Amino acid sequence: MLHTAPPLLTTAAGDHPGFLSPSGVEIAFLLVGLVTLGAAVITVTTRQLVHAALWLVVALGGLAVEYLLLTAEFIAWVQVLIYVGSIVVLLLFGLMLTRAPIGRSPDADSGNRWVALGVALASAAALVWVVVDAFRTTWIDLDGPAQGSTAVTGAFLFRNWVLPFEALSVLLLAALVGAIVLSRKRDTDTSTGRDTSTGRDTSTSTRTGATRRSGPTGTPGKEEQR
Amino acid sequence: MNDVLDVALRLAVVFVVFLVAPLLVGQTEHKVMAHMQGRLGPMYAGGFHGWAQLVADGVKFAQKEDVVPAAADRRVFQLAPAVALLPYLLVLAVIPLGPGDGAVGQVVDAGIFFVLAVMGIGVLGSLMAGWASANKFSLLGGLRTAAQLLSYELPMLLAAASVAMAAGTVSLTGILDAFAWWWLPWQIVGALVFFVAGLAELQRPPFDMPVADSEIIFGAYTEYTGLRFALFLLAEYAGIVILCALTTVLFLGGWHGPFGADGLGWLWTLLKTALLAFVVIWLRVSYPRLREDQLQKLAWTTLVPLALAQIALTGIVKVAIN
Repeated sequence: MLHTAPPLLTTAAGDHPGFLSPSGVEIAFLLVGLVTLGAAVITVTTRQLVHAALWLVVALGGLAVEYLLLTAEFIAWVQVLIYVGSIVVLLLFGLMLTRAPIGRSPDADSGNRWVALGVALASAAALVWVVVDAFRTTWIDLDGPAQGSTAVTGAFLFRNWVLPFEALSVLLLAALVGAIVLSRKRDTDTSTGRDTSTGRDTSTSTRTGATRRSGPTGTPGKEEQR
Repeated sequence: MNDVLDVALRLAVVFVVFLVAPLLVGQTEHKVMAHMQGRLGPMYAGGFHGWAQLVADGVKFAQKEDVVPAAADRRVFQLAPAVALLPYLLVLAVIPLGPGDGAVGQVVDAGIFFVLAVMGIGVLGSLMAGWASANKFSLLGGLRTAAQLLSYELPMLLAAASVAMAAGTVSLTGILDAFAWWWLPWQIVGALVFFVAGLAELQRPPFDMPVADSEIIFGAYTEYTGLRFALFLLAEYAGIVILCALTTVLFLGGWHGPFGADGLGWLWTLLKTALLAFVVIWLRVSYPRLREDQLQKLAWTTLVPLALAQIALTGIVKVAIN
């Protein structure tokens, strides 16, 4: 599928400058990539839960910078908007609601780590292989007009990739419906239980969830708080 | 060399505006609130209406000891104010002040996305502050901040998407070029949704549940003192400037005006921004704080449907006029 790399994004092989005379952009790309990789490794190895989430911000932000360096401006901002602005906030919100101790969590470790490492290496190898195989003879000309601009990305997405795009939106819709079904079910359960005790204000499920669990368990503090 | 000078000059101007405009809004807030509440406020410092009081406040903040609580996560605690403030500086650089490419710090192709994405990062500062303070009030403030952001980000994005649809571009300068006066009634619902959601994202009254001083002291900023606290305050006022400027650019036509759009376009932008900033202050003295469930309800049952209706309307009109 990836062999259908569009001619408008790339130029043919043969006229590219080669790997031994890197331009400034390429050096920056490599350096940012190293930072991103480092942040990602710290994310999965640190024992401090919230620090892991914050390092994830660095990793995702680094990825956005990589997109920018490849002139894919639109993708870069969407990356920041969705991942840094929403996903990480959601993650932090969840951490704070449940357990976010300051300092190390000795039990923040998993027996599956070797399996996880294997899966990560395998998927990384697969991704690298696919990308290298798909784009090995193509070269992005960074000097001309921006080739990852919003207009180009939009035209490309809605001309060449409409079907996957629509399939994804159906998937998201299914997830949305599932979330609504799950939350409604819990809401009726709690409302029958809470009507006898408090008798009011069971309408918003977010509130019942939040107020119940943000008690002492959510308070950060010393280790014994766990 | 000329390019370098040009860029440096633009950045310098943006930086100066970034330093001055929030202070102006802050001073206006002091004065407007005082008058609306039938009191004087500080009147003597500096002579005319106590203008130097703001400078004195700044000096006071700078003198105070910078305390980091013993149980706090030191580095995250110290980093949080910068994370809260810097995004607004970046956003300010892409807001067009007048027509053409000369009156904007940097033309960004996907301007709307850049602005909304970077503004979202600022909230991370509040979250970091709330968590790292090792204080239960701070944590509650951080939680409320996150909950508020998650619910109000969606209507804000949808309202902005409506304008982008109308203009057929996501570039801020492009949107202004496409603007016509009848967009005002056409996009008015989107404008209201955007402004209200933006207020909520800034945690300004009546959406100041995350910093509700009578309940949780000052939310995520409870443990902060001195300059770091001042930076959070500055971030709030910079946020007001950004929100008002963005609403002006997206919905009120920016430099378009009844007359003088060519030479005095920047004046129209500033005037509209100042008017909106006044409204922000006005709302603060007029409305009581919304409760947490009311906040969520307003976002999900009012703003999101309104924004969706606006998008539908935009689509219909857009197809009709084509």
